[in-house]
Amino acid sequence: MATQTYRDALNAALREEMQRDDNVFLMGEEVAEYDGAYKVSRGLLKEFGPRRVIDTPISELGFTGIGVGAAMVGLRPVIEMMTMNFALLAIDQIVNGAAKVRYMSGGQIGCPLVFRGPGGAALQLGAQHSQAFESWYAHIPGLKVVMPATPADAKGLLKSAIRDDNPVIFIEGEMLYNQKGEVPDGEFIVPLGKADVKRPGKDVTIICHSKTVAPALNAAKSLADEGIDAEVIDLRTIRPLDEEAILASVAKTNRVVVAEEGWGFAGVGAQVVDLIQREAFDDLDAPVIRVHQADVPMPYNKHLEKAAKADATKIGAAVHQVCYRG
Amino acid sequence: MGVTEPLARARPRGPDSPFADRYQAWLRSMILIRRFEEKAGEAYSLGQIGGFCHLYIGQEAVAVGTLAALRPDDYVVSAYREHGQALARGMTSRAVMAELYGKATGCSHGKGGSMHLFDASLHFMGGHGIVGGQIPLGAGFAFAARYRGTDQVSLTYMGEAAANIGSFHETLNIASLWKLPAVFVIENNGYGMGTALKRAAAITELYQRAAGYAMPGVEVDGQDVVAVKQATDAAVARAREGAGPSLLEIRTFRYVGHSMSDAASGTYRSKEELDASRQRDPIVLLETRMRELGMLDDAGVQQIEAAVAAEIADAVKFAEESPEPEPEQLWADVYAPEQA
Repeated sequence: MATQTYRDALNAALREEMQRDDNVFLMGEEVAEYDGAYKVSRGLLKEFGPRRVIDTPISELGFTGIGVGAAMVGLRPVIEMMTMNFALLAIDQIVNGAAKVRYMSGGQIGCPLVFRGPGGAALQLGAQHSQAFESWYAHIPGLKVVMPATPADAKGLLKSAIRDDNPVIFIEGEMLYNQKGEVPDGEFIVPLGKADVKRPGKDVTIICHSKTVAPALNAAKSLADEGIDAEVIDLRTIRPLDEEAILASVAKTNRVVVAEEGWGFAGVGAQVVDLIQREAFDDLDAPVIRVHQADVPMPYNKHLEKAAKADATKIGAAVHQVCYRG
Repeated sequence: MGVTEPLARARPRGPDSPFADRYQAWLRSMILIRRFEEKAGEAYSLGQIGGFCHLYIGQEAVAVGTLAALRPDDYVVSAYREHGQALARGMTSRAVMAELYGKATGCSHGKGGSMHLFDASLHFMGGHGIVGGQIPLGAGFAFAARYRGTDQVSLTYMGEAAANIGSFHETLNIASLWKLPAVFVIENNGYGMGTALKRAAAITELYQRAAGYAMPGVEVDGQDVVAVKQATDAAVARAREGAGPSLLEIRTFRYVGHSMSDAASGTYRSKEELDASRQRDPIVLLETRMRELGMLDDAGVQQIEAAVAAEIADAVKFAEESPEPEPEQLWADVYAPEQA
C-alpha cells in the first residue's frame, strides 16, 4: 500500500494498461508533449512514443469520432477531454455513435472506448467551465458512467473501464487530482457497477459520488459528534447503478440524503430517489432529501459560487431534516 | 481537373477483352441496385417497409465504381442512403431486403433498418443517420489500420450537404495532418434534402475544399462508372502507399425524392431539370459503351435483367417469410456480453 495522488493513480492505471495491451492508446489535446493539461499523462509519451500517446488539434468532435471508429474495429482508445465541458462538442459521436453501434448493428460491432476527463466545478472558473454532466451520459443506454472519488478507486476503476468492452464515460475532477490516498500495490481492479460504503453507519444514509464524497464524509464526522451515525455510500459507477447497495443501506437506516455536484433537475439523485420510492417505500421513515448545485449557471464570484455548490454544511442540514432534528 | 468524358480512357474491345467480365459485373451490379431500389420503393408504399427510406436510383455508378477499387479487407462507411453501397460491397439482396422489412434475418437483425445496414464480415461499417457523423468514423478505421501496420484503406461516403458540417472539416484536417489511409467520397447529387448546393455552400466546387487540407481534390463524373473506378483507384493507391487521404467529389443525380415523402420534382427542383439529368443515365452509358465495344447485345441485357428480377423476387419472398426478431431481442446488444 502506497500513498498516491488521484492524478498519479490515474497515470499508473494508464501506464499499466498500456503495458498490458498494445491496443490501448491515449488520444487528446495536450496529452503528449505537454504531458497532459492536468498532468494525468505525465511521462507516457516518453515511455510509449507518439504512436500510442497522441496529441490532437482542438477538434473534440473529430478526434472523438476517430476514437469511436478505432474502437469499432477493435482498438481500445482512451480519449481524453481536457474538461468534460468541452465534451459537449463531441457528444454526437458518443451518443449517436459509441452508444448505438452495437445495438443497431445487431451485435456485430462493439465500441470498447474510454472517454475521460475532469467534470464539474473547480474554483471560480465561471459558468462554461463548471458543469457536471454525468446525468446526460447516464441517460443513454449503451454507455457506462464511472466517477471515482478516491485515488484507489481512480486506479482500480480506470483499469476496469479500459478492459470493459463497452463505451465508458469516466469523469474525474480538477479538485480531486491532488487528493492523496492509499492505493494498493500491484494489480488492483475495482469492478464497474459496484458502490462502496465509505463510512458505515446506522442512523441515516448519505448517497453521493465523486466530489460530494469528501463533503459527505466531513458532514458525517460532525454529525457523529451530535450522536447521528451516518452511512456514506459512494456510488462510484452511475450507470449501471448499484441498486442492491443502495437498497441494503436504506433498509438499515430508513433515512436518506442524496448529494451530487450537478443540478438537481433530472439529475442523478432524481434517479436514485425514484429507485428508493419504488423499491423501498416501506423502509422510509422520512422523505428523501436531495442536495445539489443551485439551479443557476455557475457564478464567478467566490461567495456566490460557494452559495451555489453542494457542500458539507448543506449535506449536514439535509441530514438534520431527514432525522427531524433541529 | 475537369469532368472525365464518358468512358473516355477505356478502349477495350470485344467479348474476350479482359475488361468484358469486369464491365459485365458492374452493369449487373448497377442494374441490381436500380431494380432493388424500385422494389424497395414499392414495398415502402405498401407499408411493408417502415421508417425513413432513401433510395439510390440514379447514383448507381458511384457505389459500383468506388467499391470496385477496394480490397475485401478495406473499410467502408456511409450515411443513410446506403442500400446501393451495401449491395455493391457484397451484401446479399436477401440480407438487405430483410433488414428493410425489419426481420431477424436482416443484415442488422432487424434492429438497424434502412439507415443502419451493417456487415462486419464485409467491413461494411454501417449506414449512419446523422449527417456527417460517419466521417470521423471513417478516419478512425484508417487510424486503426495505420496503428496496426496494415495497408488497409478506409473509404467514407457522404452527401454533398455533409461538406458543410463541422465533422467534415475537423476530420479532413486531422486525416491529412496524420496522413491517414482514407478516401473521402462526396456523392454530390445536387440537393441536401430540398436545398440546392448553391443555396448551402459558399463554394459549390466542393473538391476545391481539399486544398484547405493539403490533400488532392478531384471532381469526378459520377454517371460514368469507369471514371469513378479510375479516380478511386488513384485515391486508394495514394492512401495505401502512405501518402495520405484524398477527397473525391463525385457528381451524380438522384432521380427520386430525398426520401419516400417527397416527389422527385415539382417543389425544390423542376421536371425539366430532372428530365435533363436522366439523359446521362449511368446504366445506359455503360450499356451503350459495352454494345459499341461488342461486349453486349440484347440477349445479354435480357439475361442480366432476368437474373436480377429473379434475385429480387427471391429477396422479397425471403424477407416476407423471415421471422420477426424474438421479443427478447429488444434487450439484446445494448451492452457487450458480460466478460469473464
